[in-house]
Amino acid sequence: MRIVVPVKAVPDLVEEIELNEDETGIDREYLTFVLGEWDSQALEEALLLKDASGAEVVAVGLADDPEIDQILYTALAKGADAAVKLADASGAARSGPAGIRIAERAALLSGYLEAQPADLVISGVQAADDLEGQLPPTLGALLDLPHVSVAVSVEIDGGSAIVRQEFAGGRSHELQVEMPAVIGVQSAHQAPRYAPISRIKQAMQTRELTEFTVSLPATGKGAVVRRMHRPEMSGHAEMLTGNAGAVADQIVDLLRARGLVKG
Amino acid sequence: MVLAEHTGGQVSEGTHELIGKAHELASVLGGLTEVALLGRADLAGQLGGADIVVAVDHPALSEYLPEPYERTLLEVLAQRSPRLLLIAHGTVGLDLAAALSVRWDAPLATYVSALEIEEGTVTATAQILGGKVLVDIELRGERAIATVLGGAFGAEPGQSPRDAEVVHLAPPAGLDAPRMSLRQVFEADGGDLDISSAEMLVSVGRGIESQDNMEIVEDLADALGVPLSASRPVVDAGWLAKTRQVGQSGLKVKPRVYLALGISGAPEHLEGMRNAELIIACNTDPGAPIFGVAHYGTTVDLFDLVPELVGKVRG
Repeated sequence: MRIVVPVKAVPDLVEEIELNEDETGIDREYLTFVLGEWDSQALEEALLLKDASGAEVVAVGLADDPEIDQILYTALAKGADAAVKLADASGAARSGPAGIRIAERAALLSGYLEAQPADLVISGVQAADDLEGQLPPTLGALLDLPHVSVAVSVEIDGGSAIVRQEFAGGRSHELQVEMPAVIGVQSAHQAPRYAPISRIKQAMQTRELTEFTVSLPATGKGAVVRRMHRPEMSGHAEMLTGNAGAVADQIVDLLRARGLVKG
Repeated sequence: MVLAEHTGGQVSEGTHELIGKAHELASVLGGLTEVALLGRADLAGQLGGADIVVAVDHPALSEYLPEPYERTLLEVLAQRSPRLLLIAHGTVGLDLAAALSVRWDAPLATYVSALEIEEGTVTATAQILGGKVLVDIELRGERAIATVLGGAFGAEPGQSPRDAEVVHLAPPAGLDAPRMSLRQVFEADGGDLDISSAEMLVSVGRGIESQDNMEIVEDLADALGVPLSASRPVVDAGWLAKTRQVGQSGLKVKPRVYLALGISGAPEHLEGMRNAELIIACNTDPGAPIFGVAHYGTTVDLFDLVPELVGKVRG
């Protein structure tokens, strides 16, 4: 049983995001990139399936993605059996304002999956920099495979995947899905495991990333970006001043005035 | 065209939000607002805000399931040829929109908070990177799709007591042999207490950094005698139960006081709490979107603030 996990890094959301000068894209120069949180959950769910049933887990990233080597070595350090770096045969640098466009990402991955089929493709349900769509349904449509997103657990039962799909407010459906299939993971059924830096460094020294080249076909029309900008806040909080003690005093006063604190 | 969503015989509020917006856009184009209603044709009566309800019924559509819904919606799109398809950004939107973008060959903008028609072109504003960056996009061509952030548009303009015209379409072939099936429906776990009925919530986000640190906010909630709630990343990490999640994929709350600690204010979180009477936000990033909805804010570190609060509350 072969599970492919497409992974990518996104800008660290903890940091401030700068835009480029003409406001058509993100200034990537000083950004820190981290493994996307949903991809991290997807990798964990795949590794849990490996723990439970001995499946082979292959992490796949795009050669033109930022920090991709680091991401793939981390996947290996966490327990993936192999890691693949996908390159575009044409070598053309094609990307959108927020990174590689979803249509091209999915086309490259589809090319790889057609050559090296998987029983399950498990990726994050979305990525923080998604603009024109999410990866799992795009892959599902390109490969004509059944796809389910917002999964919070995946199990194997014979030739089927049993997937728990979650809806707003906590309602969920349990689905039986014929494999091969594509699953978009919202959260793994256990919190993602941690790979210590020492193990990642060891992976960098002892493991190899497999390189694979795909020819990217011409992609169709997509959205055209006019401008990127920061949200203008229609209102703004009144900022409390002073040190922690002074701010705490002001907050307690606000609560006391509403009868939520006695005294 | 709007894709209607319904649960337990009730059309969702999000559907009405989209219908209202669709009317506004349709009037610019001189067109009609249609609503695709899959599986529960009997709910057409709740969709009076539409000009036409396009209903498709089949046993495979009785509960939402990705594959039959995708196939059926594709058939509806082929027959009705709308200029623009609107889907709410939730589980259904996350399943269908990007797949339809491929199959229907239409550009897609996702997580949209604004939509206009300018000189015949659909323009959208999408939110990315946790709401920190807005992207103004043109969706060029004869047709387009947008998944819309909940609460971006009002629900009232989409509601109407009148009866819409109902058109019934035959379901597409192949619905009887889908590659997936629904085995069981699980209602939301009642279990724990209901945060949506709490007078005040102490709510924690990514800024808490680790499960070990949770005890300081638990202490504060305890000192105040109110429940602890959280944004999605804290729940996904397993540090707090799903029943405590505030936001688009969790619960919507409207307490008298919402104390947000280490929450940046991503759009899907704001959707769940922006109507709280008094919002106090603590985040070390002065640019955090939460400050756009909070009434009071501070950039003091929560690890300094919380112990001070606990001390003063306990007296």
